[in-house]
Amino acid sequence: MIIKQSRRWAFPDLGEVWEHRELLYFFAWRDIKVRYKQTVLGAAWAVIQPLFTMVVFTIFFGNFAKIPSEGLPYSIFSYTALVPWTYFANSVSQASSSMVAQRGIITKVYFPRVIVPLASMISGLLDFAIAFAVLVAMMLYYRIFPTINILLIPLLLLFSVAAALAVGLWLSALNVVYRDVQYAVPFLVQFWMFASPIAYSSSLVPARWRPLFGLNPMTGVVEGFRWSLLGSGEGLGPMFAVSVLIVLLLLITGLLYFRHMERMFADVV
Amino acid sequence: MNDDISIRVEKLGKLYRIGEREPYKTLRDSLARSFRAFLRKPRSGSPEDPYIWALKDVSFDIRRGEVVGIIGPNAAGKSTLLKIVSRITEPTEGYAEVRGRVGSLLEVGTGFHPELTGRENIYLNGAILGMKKLEIDRKLDDIVTFAGIGKFLDTPVKYYSSGMYVRVAFAVAAHLEPEILLVDEVLAVGDAEFQRKCLGKMRAVATQGRTVLFVSHNLQAIQSLCQRGLLLERGKLVYDGAASRACERYLESIEPSASAKVELDSHMGREGDGQVRITKLEIIDADTGMPTPRLPSGRGFVVHLHFHAREAISFPKFAFTLFTAAGSRVFNTMSTDSGLETKQIAGSGVAELRVSSITLSPGPYVCNLAVTDRVGHYYDHVRGVPCFDVDPSQLLPKTRLYTQSDGAIFTYADWHIRCESVSRSDETLKP
Repeated sequence: MIIKQSRRWAFPDLGEVWEHRELLYFFAWRDIKVRYKQTVLGAAWAVIQPLFTMVVFTIFFGNFAKIPSEGLPYSIFSYTALVPWTYFANSVSQASSSMVAQRGIITKVYFPRVIVPLASMISGLLDFAIAFAVLVAMMLYYRIFPTINILLIPLLLLFSVAAALAVGLWLSALNVVYRDVQYAVPFLVQFWMFASPIAYSSSLVPARWRPLFGLNPMTGVVEGFRWSLLGSGEGLGPMFAVSVLIVLLLLITGLLYFRHMERMFADVV
Repeated sequence: MNDDISIRVEKLGKLYRIGEREPYKTLRDSLARSFRAFLRKPRSGSPEDPYIWALKDVSFDIRRGEVVGIIGPNAAGKSTLLKIVSRITEPTEGYAEVRGRVGSLLEVGTGFHPELTGRENIYLNGAILGMKKLEIDRKLDDIVTFAGIGKFLDTPVKYYSSGMYVRVAFAVAAHLEPEILLVDEVLAVGDAEFQRKCLGKMRAVATQGRTVLFVSHNLQAIQSLCQRGLLLERGKLVYDGAASRACERYLESIEPSASAKVELDSHMGREGDGQVRITKLEIIDADTGMPTPRLPSGRGFVVHLHFHAREAISFPKFAFTLFTAAGSRVFNTMSTDSGLETKQIAGSGVAELRVSSITLSPGPYVCNLAVTDRVGHYYDHVRGVPCFDVDPSQLLPKTRLYTQSDGAIFTYADWHIRCESVSRSDETLKP
C-alpha cells in the first residue's frame, strides 16, 4: 500500500468504508450503549422528546393559536413531523461534535474518518424506530389507516438519513477547524425547527412559493412522512423534488469537503 | 518492490504550518488574523516563513524482520515519521510504501470508554485497531487470560484500577499480531511496569521475524533491541546504519549545545495555544552572575525564562524540566511549588528560578519549558531546548571518568567493605 499526498478534491473511498463496516457498526453500537447507561428511563428518552414537544405544540399551536392541521387531529399531525425531525436534529447535533469528541482516536489510529459522522446517523435509527412505534400506536388510536404510500416509508427514511448526513458532514468537518460550530448548532437546530413545516403545514405557504420552501430539505422529509402516513399534503410534487435535489447537492459537496478536510484532521483537531 | 522489503520510504516530506499543531482556531481568530494582515505588515518577530518541514527528503528501505530504532532530538520528526507510516497524517511530498498490517503500541487503550464493560471495550478497541469481529471472538479467551481480569470482564472499566485498565488495553494491542509494529516510547504513557511490558512485547515480535520501528530516547533500549538505527535531525535523515553507531552519532551531535542565551521564537518542538510564548532561555552562573552555556558540576544556577503574553493571563504556572542528553529526567519544578501565586501577567516579562547546587554529571543537558493555566492547559510547551553543559571535570580523582551514563547525579559515596573471616580487608580508596 502506498501512502502519499492525496488529491485535493476527491470523494471518500467507499470501498474502504465498506471494508471498515464492522468498525462503523461498533461505533454506532457504542453510542447506543453509552447513551442509555446510567439512565433511569433508558430508551423511553427516545419517545419523551418528540412526545412532549407534541403535547406543547398541541396545547399552544393546536388549541390556542388554532393552526390548521389539514383536518387531522393536531397531535398526530405534529407528531408525524416530529419523529423524522427529532431524528434529524439529534443526528446532526451528534455528528457535528463527533469528530472532535473522537479526537483521541483520530490522532492515533487510521481509518476512513467519514465513519465517525456516519455512525451518528446509524445510532440515531434506534431512537427513530422507538418513536415510530409510538406513531403507529397513535395511528391505531385515531383510526387513521395509511394509504398504499406507506410502502415508501423506507425510502423516506433513507432520505432523512441522507439529509442528516449531508448537513452532519459539513458541520463535523467545519467543527474540526472552527469550534464556533459547536456553539452555533443548538441555535441552528432550534431555528431550523420553526423554519420547517412541523408545527404548521406547508399548505400555509402560497402554492407558487412552495418549491422555494422546498429548499429546506426538512420540508421534503416532513411533508413526505405526512403524505405517506396520513395522506395529507400535495405528495411528491415540485416542492419535494427541490428538497431531494438540495439534499443531493449538500451530500455531494459535503462528501467532497469532508474528504478535503480529512487530510488535515489529525494535524488540526 | 522487492519482496523482502516491508517499508520503503522515498523522499518523504511533511510540511507543517507553524501553529498548525496548536489546538483549533475559532472563526473569530481567523477573521481577526486576516483583518490584521490586511491592515498592516506582518507582526515583527514572527518568522518570515510560517512553514516548517517536520520531515524533508527522508528515504530508506526496511527489510522484513528488521528491528530499527529511530533516534534524534525532540522535534526531529520521529513521531511525524511514525504517523505517516501508520497513515494518521499524510505526507506533503514523497511517499511511503508499507506491506502488511501495521499495529502500534502508541494506540494502547485508544477508544476505551469508561462506561463500557471490559468485554465491550475489548471488542470496540479491537475493531478500532483493525481486527475483525471474528478474530476478536477467537482471541477473546486469550486476551482475558493475558489481562488477568477474569470475573471483572463484565464490569464497566471505570471501576477498574488503573493497573487493570492498562492490562486490558495492552492485552488487546498485544493480540493484534501486526506484521509491522510501531512503538513510540516518547508517547507511551504508563508506569515503568507497563513500559517494561511494551519492551517485552517488542522483543517477542522481533524474534518472530516481524518488522519493528522503535522510537525512543532511551539509547540503551535502542542498542539492546535494534540492529539498525536511523538518526533524524531537524527533519532530515543524517545517519542510517548500525544502532550503536547511530547512538554515538546522536550523542556527538548534541555535544556542542547551548550558547548563553537560547532564542526560542523559531524553536520547533512546541505546543500550546500561544497566548503566552516563552521567547528566550538564559542560564546564569550563580557564583559569577554571568550568563553562561557551561557550568562546573555542583554549581548553583539561575534560569531566566523570558516570556511574552499576548493578553492578560490570570494565574499562570511556569514549569522547568531538566533532562540528560539521553533523555532521562533529572528534575521538574513548577513556579507554584514554592507557594508562589502570580495573579496576572501581561506583555513581556521574565520568570526566574534559582537552583541551588546539584552535582550533575558532566555532559550536555536539555530542558522542557512550559507555561500553563491553573489546570495545566498549555499556553506554551517548548521541548528539547539545549540548556547547558556541565564541564567534564574529574569528579572521581584517578579512578575513572564519571559521565551521564553512570547517572544524572554524581554523589560521592563512602564505601567500606568488610568480611567476617578476614580482618583488615577494608581498603578504602582515599583521594
